[in-house]
Amino acid sequence: MSLSRRYHFAASHRLHTAKLSEEENKRVYGKCSNPYGHGHNYVLEVTVTGPVDPATGMIANLAELDPFVQREVIEPFDQRFLNEEVAEFREQVATTENVCREIFRRLKSFPLARLERVRVEETSKNSFEIEADVDAFDVVRA
Amino acid sequence: MIRITRKIEFSAAHFYHNPNFSVEENRRVFGKCNNPHGHGHNYVLEVTIAGEPDPTTGMVLDLKELKVILQTEVMERMDHRHLNYEVPELAGQIPTCENIAAVIWKLLEPKIKSGKLDRVRLYESPELFVDVSAGNGARA
Repeated sequence: MSLSRRYHFAASHRLHTAKLSEEENKRVYGKCSNPYGHGHNYVLEVTVTGPVDPATGMIANLAELDPFVQREVIEPFDQRFLNEEVAEFREQVATTENVCREIFRRLKSFPLARLERVRVEETSKNSFEIEADVDAFDVVRA
Repeated sequence: MIRITRKIEFSAAHFYHNPNFSVEENRRVFGKCNNPHGHGHNYVLEVTIAGEPDPTTGMVLDLKELKVILQTEVMERMDHRHLNYEVPELAGQIPTCENIAAVIWKLLEPKIKSGKLDRVRLYESPELFVDVSAGNGARA
């Protein structure tokens, strides 16, 4: 059994890598490479699994999961420019694939249930997800 | 294999309270969900059946049958009910999303005659849901 909780954060990013020329950046990332950046209302869906505690009827108490996600992800990401204000995205492109992996890395230490999946909706049309047991951690440095 | 999903909504009241906890412990663990007067949700239930389409009808199962099963097993038991007092299958359990979803799985599984129950997803709100899946701890 799994429990999923949805959170929201708004942030800006720019898709651009120093490994490519300006022309190549423009070709690969199109308008997402606009030097001033742009933003999204991201939706984060966090799924945890584990036994249901008979005393509480819960896999994880939201009173514990919510502040953990808040501290690890929402506070550092919300209303930020990801490229500059989240250290990990100084070294890798802040695509939502990489955002998804970074969020998984930050949340996997949740002590009270097993992190099963992180899903990030960049817009209502694009979503990205990563699951435990998939190579969640070989972050490609770009 | 094909999966088909049907969605229903029901409204119910509940509160969280463990009689083995002290008043303070109940308040600490369950927060405002411990309010003894209860509160309610519009639950959304998605039921997924997996199977091969019948070569004659082209259907995994007849959705009309599933509709009747959901009406009988879920709506009539839980819709506009107080889950702490009026649903015998939840007696002695705290009516969390986890426990309600597990009860719904147990009620539905034996009733599905064409295809197999693959997943029960229960939303307590658009921001919180529980999945019970075949093989991932339907009995957990």
